[in-house]
Amino acid sequence: MPENVPENEPEVLPGRGSAPTGGWQTARVLSLTDETPRAKTIRLALEVPTRQLAGQHYVVRLTAPDGYTASRSYSVASAPDGSGEIELTVERLDDGEVSTFLHEVVEPGDELEVRGPIGGWFVWPGEGRALLVGGGSGVVPLAAMLRHARALGRPDLVHLVVSVRTPHDLYYRDELLGDGVTVVYTREAPPGSARAPGRLRVDDLAPFVMPDATAFVCGGTSFCNAATDLLASAGVGVDRIRVERFGPTG
Amino acid sequence: MAKFTRGFTGRGRARDARLPPGQYDTGTQWPVLTAEATPTLATDTWTFAIEGEVEVETTWTWDQIHALPGSTYEGDIHCVTTWSKLGMTFRGVSVDTLLDIARPRPEATHVLAVSHTGYTTNLPLADVRDHKAWVVWEADGEPLPRDHGGPARLLVPHLYFWKSAKWVAGLRVLDHDEPGFWEQNGYHDRGDPWLEQRYQGD
Repeated sequence: MPENVPENEPEVLPGRGSAPTGGWQTARVLSLTDETPRAKTIRLALEVPTRQLAGQHYVVRLTAPDGYTASRSYSVASAPDGSGEIELTVERLDDGEVSTFLHEVVEPGDELEVRGPIGGWFVWPGEGRALLVGGGSGVVPLAAMLRHARALGRPDLVHLVVSVRTPHDLYYRDELLGDGVTVVYTREAPPGSARAPGRLRVDDLAPFVMPDATAFVCGGTSFCNAATDLLASAGVGVDRIRVERFGPTG
Repeated sequence: MAKFTRGFTGRGRARDARLPPGQYDTGTQWPVLTAEATPTLATDTWTFAIEGEVEVETTWTWDQIHALPGSTYEGDIHCVTTWSKLGMTFRGVSVDTLLDIARPRPEATHVLAVSHTGYTTNLPLADVRDHKAWVVWEADGEPLPRDHGGPARLLVPHLYFWKSAKWVAGLRVLDHDEPGFWEQNGYHDRGDPWLEQRYQGD
């Protein structure tokens, strides 16, 4: 998402302008699943199926009877699978006009206006190595990349490092506790963890740094700043780091 | 007219007239949205250049650009991700002052703003003329933070904020339009928030 991005794009990734982009359409809510007490995954059936790239997002627009609208962007969590269905994971923000509505009011069968897929920068096309580094809800677009790699039968291409405060804050727990994923707990770790709780460190990332990999970093601003500094310390060139910052949008 | 969403009435219906359609007031927060690692740029090596279709290609150092007559913008900014921040004060130099020195040639129609990171964004020349655009290094009385494009960014507040290139390095004056980074990635070519020109086709 805007504002700025660099020019020195890694050759392994698709060039600018090659990502699919879709217009407004109506989507039907198929299901809502709790990921954590503060995050729900909404599965949508699209009227106009568009195969997205892993990492792209959709805009959800709510319209009141008097025409007032509110819209927010949410990353697609599901892998591109040609099914015509997508999953968006929405973190509930207490003052978030859209996220509280999606959490409290929306039910299966409802129709929502959506637009997408959008974004041609923070995408992994399914080839080339990638190190995925997410903080909290920033794991969502990275989960799409991980799921895509697994669906392609190439889980070796990506490694996900996800930082969460406690075990209760981990999205997609059943899929993320396993090979190809490192979970870093900052406040409270599960019993028996070898690593004491604490912020992401360079030695959490260094084992997974490869010279030809692109790093995808997603999370809040302070997480992204810290993670990009750590990646740089671990020898990843800034031209190989792509960042998506989740602002306090609601 | 879009069909309405079941159960949605909306909040904050005493809507501030300064908010363009589809935008909300972020209040005291200033979200950071950037697709790259935040660079550290030293002001003693920083430069700003105007090149291309101009009579006098010109490069300013940090001290030289500060020696030009200063200019202030007081008003609002609007991000395409739907937040707006109202009542801000930015201080720097008007792009008019810089273009008056470089003097665009008659065939010049557009500019491509270029950042020290390599980021680009395109604008019609008219959108950076006539008190519409600045190079700024101060926000609300403080030096512009790195996360927000410091030491200096472009400020084009009448358009969505991705046009206000962070860490700006210069303007390439062109005799044609040349899409910048986000414009090649699905975002609108011009980005007028009052017309909701968010994405291609809006």
